[in-house]
Parts: sequence; C-alpha cells; structure tokens
Amino acid sequence: MPDESNLTAILLTVKLAGVVTILLLLIGTPIAWWLARTRSRLKGPVSAVVALPLVLPPTVMGFYLLILMGPNGPLGQLTQALGIGTLSFTFTGLVIASVFYSLPFVVQPIQNAFEAVGERPLEAAATLRAGPWDRFFSVALPLARPGLLTGAVMGFAHTVGEFGVVLMVGGNIPGETRVVSVQIYDYVEALQYADAHLLSALMLAFSFTVLLAMYSLNPGKRGDG
Amino acid sequence: MSGIQALFRLELSQFSLDLELELPGRGVTVLFGPSGSGKTLLLRCIAGLERARGRLSVNGERWQDEKLFLPTHRRPLGYVFQEPSLFPHLSVRGNLEFGLRRTLRSDAEALEQAIELLGIGHLLQRRPDRLSGGEQQRVAIARAIAVQPRLLLMDEPLAALDLARKREILPYLEQLHDRLEIPLLYVTHSPDEMARLADHLVLLEGGRVLASGPLAETLARLDLPVRLGEEAGVVLEARIEERDSEWGLACAAFPGGRLQVKDIGIPVGNRVRLRVLAKDVSLALERQEGSSILNLLPATVAEVGEGEHPATALVRLKLGESALLASLTRRSAHALELEAGKAVWVQIKSVAVIE
Repeated sequence: MPDESNLTAILLTVKLAGVVTILLLLIGTPIAWWLARTRSRLKGPVSAVVALPLVLPPTVMGFYLLILMGPNGPLGQLTQALGIGTLSFTFTGLVIASVFYSLPFVVQPIQNAFEAVGERPLEAAATLRAGPWDRFFSVALPLARPGLLTGAVMGFAHTVGEFGVVLMVGGNIPGETRVVSVQIYDYVEALQYADAHLLSALMLAFSFTVLLAMYSLNPGKRGDG
Repeated sequence: MSGIQALFRLELSQFSLDLELELPGRGVTVLFGPSGSGKTLLLRCIAGLERARGRLSVNGERWQDEKLFLPTHRRPLGYVFQEPSLFPHLSVRGNLEFGLRRTLRSDAEALEQAIELLGIGHLLQRRPDRLSGGEQQRVAIARAIAVQPRLLLMDEPLAALDLARKREILPYLEQLHDRLEIPLLYVTHSPDEMARLADHLVLLEGGRVLASGPLAETLARLDLPVRLGEEAGVVLEARIEERDSEWGLACAAFPGGRLQVKDIGIPVGNRVRLRVLAKDVSLALERQEGSSILNLLPATVAEVGEGEHPATALVRLKLGESALLASLTRRSAHALELEAGKAVWVQIKSVAVIE
C-alpha cells in the first residue's frame, strides 16, 4: 500500500522536524546569545564549528556521526553503558544528527537578532532593577522575536529537506527512519515515478509556502528606523 | 555621611578616567565639559555600567569599594540616556511599570506623580514608536523617577532633540529641580542648560576634575583652564521685586544690587536666575550719563586675569555678596589701571532671565 507508507513517511518527517526544531531553539538560543555578546577569543572557533554543516558534504557529517554513535564511538559506548544500546539507525540517532546538521540555520538568524537588539535596551533594563536573567527573558527575547521565528522556520524546513545525513545515520527503516526525502529516493530507484512525483510536489509546495510565509512576515528592514 | 563621595580609576585604550569627587546629597550637580572629557563615562561608572576601580557612596550607602561592587540593577538609581531608549515591545504604561514592578517599595502614587509631573497622562496606551522624540524623552524621564531612586542620573537628555523639543522639555526639568529631594547628576555640554539647572558645577577635562563647587562661585573663577569662551559669565540668584508694565521691564534684586530685566511674565516675589555674560559687561571709572545702558552698578575689582586671547583680560568684580565677570581688552584694563580693590562702575548691556 504505497499510500499508507507515504503517510507514515510524512508523519515521521513532521515528527522529526518538530522535535528537532524544539531542541534547536533550546540549544541554539543560548549559543546565539553567547556568540552575539562575547568578546572571548573562542568566538571565532565556535562560530566556525556551528557553521560547518553549511559547507560540509552531508555524507561527511553523517559518516562521523555514525562513528560517534556506533558501538565503538564515545557516544555509542556511553549509551550502551546506560543500557540504551546504540543510537545509529534509530529515530533518536536521527534527531541528534539533524540537530547538528540544522544548527547553523537556527543560530545565525537568532544571533543576528540579538546583535540588532544591542546593548542599550539591556542597560536601560539594568537601571530599572532587572537582573541578568530577567533582562534576557523580558527584554532580549521579546525584542529578538522575529529572529527566533525565522530560526524556528528555517530549522524545521531544513530538517524536512535533509537527505544525505539521514541516509548515513538512519538508514531506511519504515516508520523509524524512512522520512519523505528517503521515500522519494526509493521510488525513483524502483522507477515508481508517479509516487515520486506526488511526494516531490508536496515537498516543493511545502518549501515554497514556508519561505513565502517567512518573507512576507519578515520583509527585512523597513525604512521607518 | 551625607552627600556623594566618588573615587574612580579606569584605563581604557584611548582614554583614562582618574578622579575624586565630593558632591552634595541634594540638588542638581551638572557635569560639564567638552565632548571626550569623560562626563558620560563618569556617569556610567556611578551607575555600575562600567566597572572602574574605586569607591562610591551615596548619602551614606556604600555602592562600591575595594571589595564590593553592586551591579547596576541593585543600585537604587534612575538613569536617563541621551536617546530615550524605551522598550519598543511595551506600551508607554508598560515602560513606566517595568521598573516599578521590580522595586521592593513599589508605590503606585510615585508613578502617578511621575506621569503628572511630565505631562504624559494622555500617552499611556501608545507604543513608543508612535511618540515624538520629545514625548519619548519625557516618558524616559518619568520611567526613571517612577522607581523612586535615591540618585538620578541624566546623560545629555536633550542633546538628541531639536530646539523646539528642548524648549518642550526644559520646563519639566526645571520643575524637577524644584521638587526633587534626591541628588540629580546631569551631564551636558550646553552652557544654557548648565545655567538653568545647576546648583553645583563640576568641570571635567580629559577624564580629570578641573573644578567642583557651587555654581555661582565656580563660574566666577578666573583660574579655570576650561573657559566657556563667548559663553563665559555668571549666574545670579535673584527675586522679582517690581514689574513695570509701561516699559515691559521687571526689577530683579540680587545680593549686591538690582537689575532691570525684560519682564517675561514672572510674578513679583518669584525667584529667578539671571545670566550675565562677561562679554556683555563693560567697566567705567565714573558713572556714565547719557548712555543707552540701563544697568549701571557700583562695584569693586576683585581680580584681573587673562582672557582666552592675548588681547583680552577677564575681570572679576565684587558687588556685595555677588560676583560678576567682565571681558575687556587688556589694553583697556591697563588704561583704566584696574587692580584689586579699585572702585568702578559696571555697565551691563544684557541680562538673560532664566525662570
């Protein structure tokens, strides 16, 4: 039943992208905050590491993550010691890989937004008795909201669109790691072009809608500054 | 111990701050100096926004010493920046309540007073980007005083505004001056704002204190390397004694004499400040008859000093308890044989009345 397997793949993809987006916001926001404000010498190296997935072939990322999570990798040893087994070829492994792979797409817009907020509103908040955490939650986050929104959308869309890393780390297990992009690849391999068309058109429409929504909600800098 | 005691040392790559100050615990202290003199940096050190080495105590409370550094949010102060710096994601009311909600002794009455004092009651529901520059700065001032600070800091709050907006805000600041019971440190490089607001004056240059003292006394000093140039002059505290509606003049008495000034509608009995610039004061050995100048007063020369240009001399005069400055050519000073103790007639061409 190709219809049922399509639906499974779509639901799995949405679930993966949803979990990854939430994790990315939780991990990416503090990294972006630190990068936007630090004067540390580590800023350069950390920025470079975060941006690596932008330039590395997905197969390279996937290869190293596979080794990391495999039975002899440090992460694999840890998870085995904890009695979870290895994470490669599991949904959890896919989540971890996707978080790494989509990180720059979330960190960069949020970092830009924090940088645009600048020092002054935070100083003003400090003179109004707001401590560091208070300043972050009541001033920095609300002012960086457009960047957070962009980051979330980009993270979600990018996770939906990934292929190479998924195949390397997750393989092709129906209902566990077979996401839409992998499903399309299978159809093409099996010369089932009609099914490939259906899912591809869906992905195209989804990606276009997301980007359109983002650019309409966030039309860049308006001339009213 | 009352008053403000401050000692700060801060080395930056291009600039160093090194000063010790003792300021009154009430009234307005103006920190005056050219740009790059360290006025703003000093204010930021006092607020804890810059981490300088040193000591600071405010009316008996220790904010900073060798072991202690209260972070900004734990210093009971109010700060008005040069730009209004309102939170764009909050309404005017949200901005005003931001500090209030975080203050222990929060007091709705203080908020109402601040709103009334700055005349912003009709703006409360608006967003900051829907306000004019002057309105924004009034909200920023109200926001700073609503938290009932024990020290108010203002960093050139009018500098970013045009002349009309300045005129809109100055009356509010003057009211603040009269009603505030806490010390206000006010940074400016405008001689006009200084003359209007200051009780105490601190002159800064290159991160050092050149002079610190009561306004009238400090302005009348001849030995200050930072002069105000064309703006050199004194400020006299006076009281309106009479109004002459026929000529549109008013008579203002100060400790040392009486002056005819323009009647700008201030009622008899009210206190005013008179600003007399050194370039508007000339001297004669005898009382001049048949002159267009209304204000002729007897005085004694207290000191003759050098002016800014080799051709000029600056003379300090004593009139009763008050002092005036006169700017003359050195040649005239020589011709009149001016020296300390000599009796002269002072001719004042123009007096500015400051409410």
